[in-house]
Amino acid sequence: MSGVGVAAVAAQVLVVVLGTPLLTGLMRQVRARMEGRAGAGVAQPWRDMRKLLRKTPVTPTGTGPAFRVAPALLVATTAVAAALVPLASTATPVSGEADLILVVALLALGSVALALAGLDTGTAFGGMGASREMTVAALVEPTILLAVFALSIPAGTTNLPRIVEGALHEPARLASPAGLLATAALAVAVLAETGRIPVDNPSTHLELTMVHEAMVLEYAGPDLALVELGAQMRLTVLLGLLASLFAPWGIATGASAAAVALGLVLFAAKVAMLGAVLAAAEVFWAKVRLFRVPELLAGSFLLALLAVTSSYFLGGV
Amino acid sequence: MSDSVFTQLLDLACGAFLLTAVVVLWRRELSVIVDVFALQGVALATVPLLIGWHEGRWDLAAVAAGIAVLRAGILPHLMRRALTATTAPPHADEDEDDGASYGTNGPYGTASWDRTDGAHSPERTDRTDGTHRYRADAGEARETQPLVNVAASLLTAALLTLLAYAVSRPLIALDPSPATRALPVGLAVVLIGFFVLTTRRRALSQVVGFLLLDNGITAIAFLATSGVPLIVELGVSFDVLLAVLVLQILTTRMRTAFGTTDLDDLRELHD
Repeated sequence: MSGVGVAAVAAQVLVVVLGTPLLTGLMRQVRARMEGRAGAGVAQPWRDMRKLLRKTPVTPTGTGPAFRVAPALLVATTAVAAALVPLASTATPVSGEADLILVVALLALGSVALALAGLDTGTAFGGMGASREMTVAALVEPTILLAVFALSIPAGTTNLPRIVEGALHEPARLASPAGLLATAALAVAVLAETGRIPVDNPSTHLELTMVHEAMVLEYAGPDLALVELGAQMRLTVLLGLLASLFAPWGIATGASAAAVALGLVLFAAKVAMLGAVLAAAEVFWAKVRLFRVPELLAGSFLLALLAVTSSYFLGGV
Repeated sequence: MSDSVFTQLLDLACGAFLLTAVVVLWRRELSVIVDVFALQGVALATVPLLIGWHEGRWDLAAVAAGIAVLRAGILPHLMRRALTATTAPPHADEDEDDGASYGTNGPYGTASWDRTDGAHSPERTDRTDGTHRYRADAGEARETQPLVNVAASLLTAALLTLLAYAVSRPLIALDPSPATRALPVGLAVVLIGFFVLTTRRRALSQVVGFLLLDNGITAIAFLATSGVPLIVELGVSFDVLLAVLVLQILTTRMRTAFGTTDLDDLRELHD
């Protein structure tokens, strides 16, 4: 267990926690500029969070532990996932445990905690949001698992750092049909999992369309700050996972401090670019009807399944 | 061209070939379906080109060019013509009136129109046309109600692909090579084409289903035998062209006779 490895894990978590409001700010800024508005600036989510953290915590009467634990649990599970996913370095003390199934389960635990909190409030919106979120999650999780399985077949393991290392040594794996199909499937799954525009509109408060916002409607003050931070961290971690799996260049594989630093800078650049592209694309997209969402997700599930079959059969095992 | 590059490119072409078949199943707009079918023609033409390049057989390049012209050029062009013929409104004047009333009183009437009504008259005609085209589109240019809904048909396509892989395993075991390993892709496209043919209602999407079936058969022929003789390919191509021509005329006639291309309306006898 090297000092650099420990430092790399700590740096990954720190960069995700501290940088994630900036990513959200950047995405909002890109969106604002493309819509012809001035925008609130990249640091606005940080200012919002500071404002929320200073307020007195208020909880609705009749809510139980599920409501109180959920924000902390959401942030904690996402932070652990940020430590496990090889965002900047594959040679970390936890890389042996960084299994794909564990990472997906951690992210799912966060969504379940939030859905339970939504049910716990007992309001109509909380229950509606929770039921919608679970519907989407149930369709998304298998897609994420299958898409990464397509990449884990050539690597022969579901350990994420090993998959990334394999792709670094053999870039041809990424340009195969399996790699491209898995990229497309995972991209759709990430959009759905983080509640971005074709599935959910993160900036809406319209009763009939909101999914994520409906669940967290009753939160206020520091709890709301944590929920927002958690949701933004999920986006960062999932975009980082996408970047690590399909554009792994620059991720450190050894125990050199300079390589880890370079990996962190490249990780920030890759995620910022993905975020900007996503924000720019969202300007041109419309949210699909809730009843059309399963169609979209079935399509991405099919892409993931095709990726697995083609990596199994065309790969010439 | 080295073996690994050949395998990589062939796999990519086959992947694109399968992906376009899936997208045909996914999308509803008939015009998009026709465009995607043209892309599939390009992917299919790449397969004999790559095989010919790899084995140094230049007659396969001619076959590839023929396939590209027919399947990415002529057939999509014929289908687009049938599409414009069927989406044109049967009673032009009536629709024009409806469109105009929508333009002025409808939900799209905006403030800028009220302010300078005269100056914006060309825009108003544009808008009228737009509304009017939208109304026509909603009926004829979309696969509105397939017999199996889209999500279920995508899952069926997944099952069909797995089935194709399962049944072609003994075939691959006979002579494992990069081309034969891609054989299940052709079989999957045949099955997906057959599925489109049986579950879609519009005449034009059924034509696309038939052509997917044929594309799949052609792909299997190239992948399994590394290229059929030119004369056989020519015969098949003319057959397909003729079938599409007949189907195009039939579609247009159906539209003029019944006012729709929904084949489910043709189950009963009318006098």
